[in-house]
Amino acid sequence: MAAPYAVFLLAFAAYPIVFALVLVFLHWDLVTAPSFAGVDNLRLLINDGRFWRAVANTFVFLSIHVPLQIVTALGLALALNRKLAGRGFWRAAFFLPVVISGAVVAILWSNLYATDVGLINKLLVKIGLAPVSWLTDPNTAMPAIAVMVTWKNVGFYVIIYLAGLQYIPRSCQEAIEIEGASAWQRFRYLTLPSLLPQTILVVTLSTINGFQLFIEPYVMTGGGPLRRTYSVVLYLYTNAFAYQKMGYAATIGVALALIIGAVVFIQRRVIGKAEAL
Amino acid sequence: MRILRRIGLYAVLGLAALTFIYPFLWMASSTFKPREEFGSLALIPDHFTLDNYRTMWARAPFGRALLNSTMVATTITLAVLVFGSITAYAMARLSFRGRPVLNAATLAVLLVPGQLTLIPLYTLIVQLGWIDTYTALIAPYLFNATAILMLRQFFLQIPQSLIDAARMDGMSELRILFTIFWPLSKPVLSIVAIFTFMGSWNEVLWPLLVVRDQQLMTLPQLLTVFALGGGAGSVGVSLASAMVLVIPVVVAYAFLQRNFIESMAGAGIKG
Repeated sequence: MAAPYAVFLLAFAAYPIVFALVLVFLHWDLVTAPSFAGVDNLRLLINDGRFWRAVANTFVFLSIHVPLQIVTALGLALALNRKLAGRGFWRAAFFLPVVISGAVVAILWSNLYATDVGLINKLLVKIGLAPVSWLTDPNTAMPAIAVMVTWKNVGFYVIIYLAGLQYIPRSCQEAIEIEGASAWQRFRYLTLPSLLPQTILVVTLSTINGFQLFIEPYVMTGGGPLRRTYSVVLYLYTNAFAYQKMGYAATIGVALALIIGAVVFIQRRVIGKAEAL
Repeated sequence: MRILRRIGLYAVLGLAALTFIYPFLWMASSTFKPREEFGSLALIPDHFTLDNYRTMWARAPFGRALLNSTMVATTITLAVLVFGSITAYAMARLSFRGRPVLNAATLAVLLVPGQLTLIPLYTLIVQLGWIDTYTALIAPYLFNATAILMLRQFFLQIPQSLIDAARMDGMSELRILFTIFWPLSKPVLSIVAIFTFMGSWNEVLWPLLVVRDQQLMTLPQLLTVFALGGGAGSVGVSLASAMVLVIPVVVAYAFLQRNFIESMAGAGIKG
């Protein structure tokens, strides 16, 4: 009964994984026969400023997105974790953007960020501030996308933190209150350490998500201005689809998988160390 | 003091909820505004118009894309439920050679980022001659490792005595699965159905790779191509086309929010 699944795994999982490693050593435009490339693709990757620019862009994105995601998700989860009227409504409202397609969110926010007619600049002008060229200024484009992605995903992480908050034993909360701890002390020495597993999860998932950034720059900026929002997956897609370089595109895919693995591994080590202090 | 803090809490929550809901309301209202009013923050258009929808519908095959998306997402969801259940049943309750390998492989698949296999999968589809076919959109999603693991976990908890009794009555394994296990598994089946359907409905990168024929494009893909190609020509038209994709989701979400949240949060954590 499991035979069809085994066949599926071989064709659509095992074969592509193995063939990805083969493609690293091939030149192939899908029209002519593939030819052996030796280490051409690897050498190109190491010297490819555009690839490393995309990796650097991702780190810019992550340096804003990950901390912001933790703070907003934790803040909203703490607000929701009380006796509230209409708790279901608040939760549903925060979760709404999670169910909406990334393509729609990107199109919507292109309009919100628009320099002349965008909603955000209209609001800024209304309160007496100068409008900002969010998506056309090289310094604000990636941060703007990072804020948007944080907005889209925060509801998902709120659910994770809410689940974690349920597990903090009542007895601990009562004990620390009897000791006379202030609200900040309770947060700092009980809530925050208790939520460490959830925080690790949020860091890991939002990091992986950040490395998979594609539709947002594709729709909103085309990778510009000055390639500052070019993402690794957008570069991979361009190499495969526009330049027909299958070997190189696959090489980027393999490199990306290794980078994701390494970054997540380092993050876990660092968070583990911080916890021990 | 207490009351003030209470008011403060609701003010913060209200402001937060507004930032999540207002952009969608603004988007919906903008689609009914004529071009001159796009910059306005108001939610009620001064001059109500359906022109954006007429233009959108006339310029690109959105009706066809709606059908394509519905067809593809429904097929994938049914396949993941039916084939996934059969596989999970075998992996949970039958003993056969290679079962440990299959379990391990299913877990391993979840650890591999999609970007690694994207290009090899694409070249495979090209070589099979599946570019510009529904098969290309559906075949790689017929089974879903996350779904199989969730179903397997659930099936493991169903008492063996039920299976033994059914076998005594001469029921086939498939009948046991669909007449005894399925009715007991409604919660997990609905979780799997929602995240599978939503994943397929919103997917855009894979269709962008394997479909170029406008008549075969899924909604998010056509929407992207339409917005980027300048086919929309105006904000209202572009947002009107986005509404086609959003309305079914928001309607379903309004009725089943609890299931949506449970399903999409659960799948994200396990996937």
